[in-house]
Amino acid sequence: MAYTAEAPAIAAGDDPMVPRIGRVRRRVRELSDVWTLTVEMEDGRPLAFAPGQFNMLTAFGVGEAAISISGDRDRADSGLIHTIRAVGPVSGALTRLGPGDVIGVRGPFGVGWPVDAAKGSDVVIVAGGLGLAPLRPLIYAVLASRKDYGRFALLFGARTPADILFRREIEQWRRRLDVEIQVTVDTSGEDWYGNVGVVTALVPQASFDPQNTIAYVCGPEVMMRFGAAALRDAGVPDTAMYLSMERNMKCGVGLCGHCQLGTAFVCRDGPVFRNDVLRPLMAVKEL
Amino acid sequence: MEGLERIVREHPFFSGMKEEFTNLLSGCAKNVRFEAGQYIFHEGDPADQFYLVRSGRVALQISAPARSLSIQTVGESEIVGASWLVPPYRWGMDAKALELTRAIAMDAACLRGKCEDDHALGYELMKRFMPILIQRLQAARLQILDVYGVHS
Repeated sequence: MAYTAEAPAIAAGDDPMVPRIGRVRRRVRELSDVWTLTVEMEDGRPLAFAPGQFNMLTAFGVGEAAISISGDRDRADSGLIHTIRAVGPVSGALTRLGPGDVIGVRGPFGVGWPVDAAKGSDVVIVAGGLGLAPLRPLIYAVLASRKDYGRFALLFGARTPADILFRREIEQWRRRLDVEIQVTVDTSGEDWYGNVGVVTALVPQASFDPQNTIAYVCGPEVMMRFGAAALRDAGVPDTAMYLSMERNMKCGVGLCGHCQLGTAFVCRDGPVFRNDVLRPLMAVKEL
Repeated sequence: MEGLERIVREHPFFSGMKEEFTNLLSGCAKNVRFEAGQYIFHEGDPADQFYLVRSGRVALQISAPARSLSIQTVGESEIVGASWLVPPYRWGMDAKALELTRAIAMDAACLRGKCEDDHALGYELMKRFMPILIQRLQAARLQILDVYGVHS
C-alpha cells in the first residue's frame, strides 16, 4: 500500500512502545486554540524524522495522542517541534505544558511525504487549516533545495483570517520571488483584503504543469477529497498526488488496528498515501 | 466600439465564442470602473447588469446586523453577478470593490432580449454561466460544512 519514501525509524535499542522523556523548552501560541511546542529530549539524542511523520506524545497522567511533526528536519538538533490544536483532554493537556514540563515521546512513526519524488517537477501544496503543520517540514525541505524543483505553489485555506496558521512565516515565504503563495479564507469580515473562498478554488489559478507536478494535500478529509478532485480536474494524475490521513492512532506500529483503513494501517502504512491508493478508500462511507 | 468588441471577445469568459456572438454581445457592453471601497451593487437592488472583471478584485458580501460577511472574492478574468438571469432580477448580496476594479458591464435587459431573439446565443451564454454557478454552489456547500471548525 505504501510507496517508497524516506522514513526514519525509531533508533535501534529504543522500544517503540516506551516513551522517551522530553522537556518542553518553548511554547508558542499560534491561534486561539493552537500551540507549538519545542521539545528537547532528556537523553540529549535528537530525534531524526522525515517530513510528514508523526510522534505519539504523552501528557503524563492524561494520555497519549498522535501529533505530526511541524519542524525542520535539518534542524532536529534545535528541538523537536509539534503544533497542536486543543480539541480533547489529551491535546488540551499537551497544549498546557510549559517550559520545563515533562512530555513523553514515542516515534517517529509512519511514512511521510516523498520529498525526492518531486525533484525536477513542479510542486503544488494544498493545505487546509491545521493541515499546514505536517506540510511545513516538506516546505522547509523544498525551499532548502529550491533549485532541484520546478515551480512551487503553496495554496492555503483557513476558516477566517484569525485562523491563518504560521501567518508570519507565510508572509516571509511570500516575499520570495521563486514561490507562489496563495491564501484564502472561507469567510471574512471587512478587515480582510485577501482572497475569500474555498481553497480548492485556488487550484485552477495556480501556475504548474499538471503533467509534471507532484501535489501534496493535507487538511480535513472533506477538504482533501475536494482538493484532490480539483487537482485531478486540472490534469494532475492520482499517482502524482499525496494525501495525509488522520485516524485514531494508538500503538503507532500497526499492531492494535485502531487506525485501520481498508487493508492499511494509517500509523504504519501512512499517514501519507498516494491518491490512487487512497481515493477508492475515501469513497467508502464510514471507513 | 471596435475596442470594446475586442475586449469582450478576449475576456476569458467568452473564450471560444463565435465572433458573430461576441459582436452581438458587445452591443450590450460598456466599460466601467470602481474605486476601492465602492459598492458595485447592493442586495435587493435590480440586477440590471453583470460584470466581466478585467482587473482588480471584488468581494461578494452578505450583511448581517453589525457586520458584513465576505463569502467570496472575485478577480481578474472572472464574473460578478448571475441574478440578472432569473426573475425577479434582484441582487441576492452586495458586491464591493476591494481595490480599483475595471470591468465590462453587460446590460441585462439587452442581453436577455438578444438571447430570446437567438436561442443559440442564449445557449452559448448558458454554457459559460452554468459551470461557474455549479462551482460556486459547490464552494458554498463546502463553506457550509465548516471543514476547519471543531466538530464533535
